[in-house]
Amino acid sequence: MTATTAARATRKQPSAPGTPTRPRTRTGTRQLGRTIRATTLLWVLALAYGFPLLWFVLSSFKPAGDLFSFPLSLLPKSWTVQGYIDAWSSFNFYQFFANTFLVAIVTTILTVVASCCTGYALAKYDNRWLKVFFVCILATTMLPTEVMLAPTFLVVRDLGMYNSLAGIIVPSVLTATGVLMFRAFFLTVPDELVEAARIDGARELAIFFRIMVPISRPIMLTLAIFSFQWRWNDYIWPLLVLNDPNKFTLQIGIQSIVGAQNINWSVLLGASVIAIVPLVLLYLVFQKYVMNADLNAGLKD
Amino acid sequence: MSATGTAAARLTGARELGARRARGRLNHYRFAPLVLILVNVVLFAAFFAWPAVIGLVYSFTDYTGVGSFHFIGLSNYEQLFGDSAFYAALGRTVLFTVVVVPTSFVFSLLAANLMVDRFAKGKPVAHIILFVPWLISPIVSGVIWRWLFGENFGLVNFVIESLGGGAVPWQSNADLSLMVVVIAATWGGTAFSMLLFIAAIKNVPVSYYEAAALDGAGPWRLFRDITLPSIAPTSFIVILLTTLNAMKEYALFQSLNNGGPGTSNNLLVQYIYQTGFQQGQIGYASAASFVLMILLMVVALIQLTVNRRTERRR
Repeated sequence: MTATTAARATRKQPSAPGTPTRPRTRTGTRQLGRTIRATTLLWVLALAYGFPLLWFVLSSFKPAGDLFSFPLSLLPKSWTVQGYIDAWSSFNFYQFFANTFLVAIVTTILTVVASCCTGYALAKYDNRWLKVFFVCILATTMLPTEVMLAPTFLVVRDLGMYNSLAGIIVPSVLTATGVLMFRAFFLTVPDELVEAARIDGARELAIFFRIMVPISRPIMLTLAIFSFQWRWNDYIWPLLVLNDPNKFTLQIGIQSIVGAQNINWSVLLGASVIAIVPLVLLYLVFQKYVMNADLNAGLKD
Repeated sequence: MSATGTAAARLTGARELGARRARGRLNHYRFAPLVLILVNVVLFAAFFAWPAVIGLVYSFTDYTGVGSFHFIGLSNYEQLFGDSAFYAALGRTVLFTVVVVPTSFVFSLLAANLMVDRFAKGKPVAHIILFVPWLISPIVSGVIWRWLFGENFGLVNFVIESLGGGAVPWQSNADLSLMVVVIAATWGGTAFSMLLFIAAIKNVPVSYYEAAALDGAGPWRLFRDITLPSIAPTSFIVILLTTLNAMKEYALFQSLNNGGPGTSNNLLVQYIYQTGFQQGQIGYASAASFVLMILLMVVALIQLTVNRRTERRR
């Protein structure tokens, strides 16, 4: 992270010493040209990426009758939140929302705790079994849920977690990305810090909880945001494990609207936007933790 | 006699331990790391190692999920490799991957370059706009693009028809339908790869650019001859991750076109899901899962080898 900041700081400098050597106007026009070109390109791209969502959100405020009335208009002729009200009141939507929230929060807390402990052990201790376990963690990246649907499902069923929220929480706690992120972070923490604490007579676990956990707070937040996003958006695993409509998550609820013979678009638009809002809010609040995430370090190791 | 011997041995042992501790060797501390990794070890054993083992075993049986099962040798695999639906799913998966990986790569690299370009204005806002699609789940992304590309009601066909064209069969033509999924997958996947690229580009020493700029290199040459080679390791990771993600895509297809029209856009995961959970052939689905896993591993190994070779050449 410090390297990035340093690079960013130095990057801004060259424009200043470069300018005086050349005639002012020429450089000025050239810079103006580059600014226009880069800015235009950036905003064309941003508009292309933003437009589908904009169109979707604007459509969700149209009355159901206007959704398909040609010619289509970008802005609703009369604004309404009826789609949202219908979505919220039908389909047990409140329950879906609460379930998703519970699953995402609990899994995130467990993931952060488990990843922090494991990442620290893998970074600051050295023995054969830890090395073996590190390889195991790496191997899990080759075994995504989708590849082991059937056998994992049987394990979850045999453990008595079929059709319970625990069945989607517990198997998702271990994530290689989380462990690797913490390992990469703790590798950057100097060993001398651990040694000094040992000399002062601190016990091993005390060193971890009193010193290491507090300094890893930024990584915790970054992983928490990622984890929350993953679990909020999970689809295939909850679909398999949950059977009782009272335990459904948002994504399954939305897919059940999409899968119907006649899609009720008014409800679907409202429901989808409701499902997006929490993540967008979370992102806007904790933006810097997502941006500063040194993802490279975590994924490369 | 022997008692003193062991006592002496214990003493030297303790002294050795003390010496090790003094030298800062960490491998004496066995207990603490074991406690710390315990939770993940249990989870790994229960939800990765054990399923992998029983999955391999079941792939040689006719297990249906309940009751008893019989070992039937390789016949699941024989049936799999004789099933035209499997080849169709495999072909579709490969096609989707081959199209979506380069598309996604180009767009995320372009976005990353614009995000670090000091001439571009309005970067913070553009960043948020580019990032939001990543937050949206594959299911909802599918809904968004389905809404945009609806054959009778979508905005895209409305615009095309307003301009005098005919309605494009985005839903009923298998290839066009796949193309919409490619667009949606690129849209949703750009932000994450872009983040990786931004971090990589920021780590390229600025002096390289300054030196090249003094020699009169333009922006395109700077990009091609400095940025691109410098971020090669990141490019490798991005390609690897997007390939693996594309090969196990499921939710996006479910909500965008439900694997359709018909079954023409069923990918491997759809195939596994249908045979395993809708038809209850756990053994058969396990065999299909193993083929998918081997495919993922082969992809990863090929890319690793290529990456090693190019790095050695440099």
